[in-house]
Amino acid sequence: MHKRRSDVFFAFLLISTLLVCLMFIHATVRRNINMPLIHEKKEIVRVLKLTDLCLFTEARYTRHPSMADLNTPFQDHPMSLEHFPSGSIMPVPIHLKPRMQR
Amino acid sequence: MGAIEKQRHILDFTLSSLWRRKGKNISLVIVYTFVIFLLASVMFFAHSMKEEASLVLEGSPELIVQRLVAGRQDFIPTSYIDSIKHIKGVQSVSPRLWGYYYDALSGANYTVMVNEALKNRAGEIIVGNGVTRRRATEKRNSVVKVNDTIPFKTYGGSIVPLKVKGILSSDSELVTSDLIQVSEEDFRKIFGISKDYATDLVLKVRNAKELPTIAGKITRAYPDTRPIMRDEILRTYDAVFDWRGGVIVVVLTGSLFAFIILAWDKATGLSAEEKKEIGILKAIGWETSDILLMKFWEGAVVSLSAFLTGILLAYLHIFLMASILFEPVLKGWSVLYPQFKLTPFINAYQLVTLFFLTVIPYTVATIVPSWRSATIDPDSVMRA
Repeated sequence: MHKRRSDVFFAFLLISTLLVCLMFIHATVRRNINMPLIHEKKEIVRVLKLTDLCLFTEARYTRHPSMADLNTPFQDHPMSLEHFPSGSIMPVPIHLKPRMQR
Repeated sequence: MGAIEKQRHILDFTLSSLWRRKGKNISLVIVYTFVIFLLASVMFFAHSMKEEASLVLEGSPELIVQRLVAGRQDFIPTSYIDSIKHIKGVQSVSPRLWGYYYDALSGANYTVMVNEALKNRAGEIIVGNGVTRRRATEKRNSVVKVNDTIPFKTYGGSIVPLKVKGILSSDSELVTSDLIQVSEEDFRKIFGISKDYATDLVLKVRNAKELPTIAGKITRAYPDTRPIMRDEILRTYDAVFDWRGGVIVVVLTGSLFAFIILAWDKATGLSAEEKKEIGILKAIGWETSDILLMKFWEGAVVSLSAFLTGILLAYLHIFLMASILFEPVLKGWSVLYPQFKLTPFINAYQLVTLFFLTVIPYTVATIVPSWRSATIDPDSVMRA
């Protein structure tokens, strides 16, 4: 029997919608699995009195943005450019690249 | 013929018509999918990061008191503790000792912090999982193990070897990757800080509602101090991810506009072949409303395919492939970048927002100009 093009499209829509539902199920399952780990991290933060996420270790005001001075653009000396936004859009100079990735 | 069967026939015809110009339409779907993939990736990443930060940092100190000297954070005299302790509503005040140490071997900055559990255990340290990778090189993937010694150069110039007595779990890297916990004795030895000073003070209060009042009293008693409340810490992270998401969105806006222009151009500048097709359809009895329906289906097929594929790819990218495309942007100059997988905090609201931001403008951009083409006089088109 000749297959109609709309059948193919509806099949694609159905599969994609099912995958989107699966995506939500996966997210819920992962959240439930990871919740104890998140609570463990919260406990570490509480016990060690931590204040920031360890995401950007290049400068003190990127490592601990919540603890940074109020005059961030002039952290190092007047007229020094802010590293924080530039660090996120400019490529890393080769001499600063981690040894593992050089 | 039932209404549904009519729609299916129009859809069949639309799909055949799209397939006849497959090169053009497939490239349009690919570009459209990529735009949605990037927007959804930014949205998923920023939202999940914010959720995780707010959950994890709920455990951070309620109030921190820093001292500022010439606009910079400075060590705070421990003598401040006595009078702050007596402010009504304050439950306890404890000094916090922490700082940064640059490791010349790895080129990494560590956060060195005093842990009360290491009291009377001078010479011992507990390190974050990222610190164990300090010796890793291009050829050697060796890691620091328990009982290994890490040498620290003190501010006086001498070397202090400290023995690793514990490694924090890799699951906690998001908060502890670069952390080195030392005893108070070793901390003061490495940084040359006298016993009368601490980095900042941590306060516990009886009632969280009193925090702003207590913070105000501290600033009045010590004008050189800066109290930081937990809410401010959480707000900082909201701002950081809004901002980071924002920068990427600004860059993306350019490509989004380029895409809208492309879609608009495609819909308004009908090719001679498309005009002829519309002319023939009208000549054989199609109504203007049928032509518009066909154009609606055309927009729906393209945008639904791109939307569903785009969000599925974005989910794979952020939560199963550890945001591989964003990594260079987030890493910046960090040597000790934490290895972590985000917990997927996604909801229907995000998808609906994205749908209204992408699919609706595309459909409107294609269907409105189609009105003009649908009212073409068939006779003049076929004669051309």
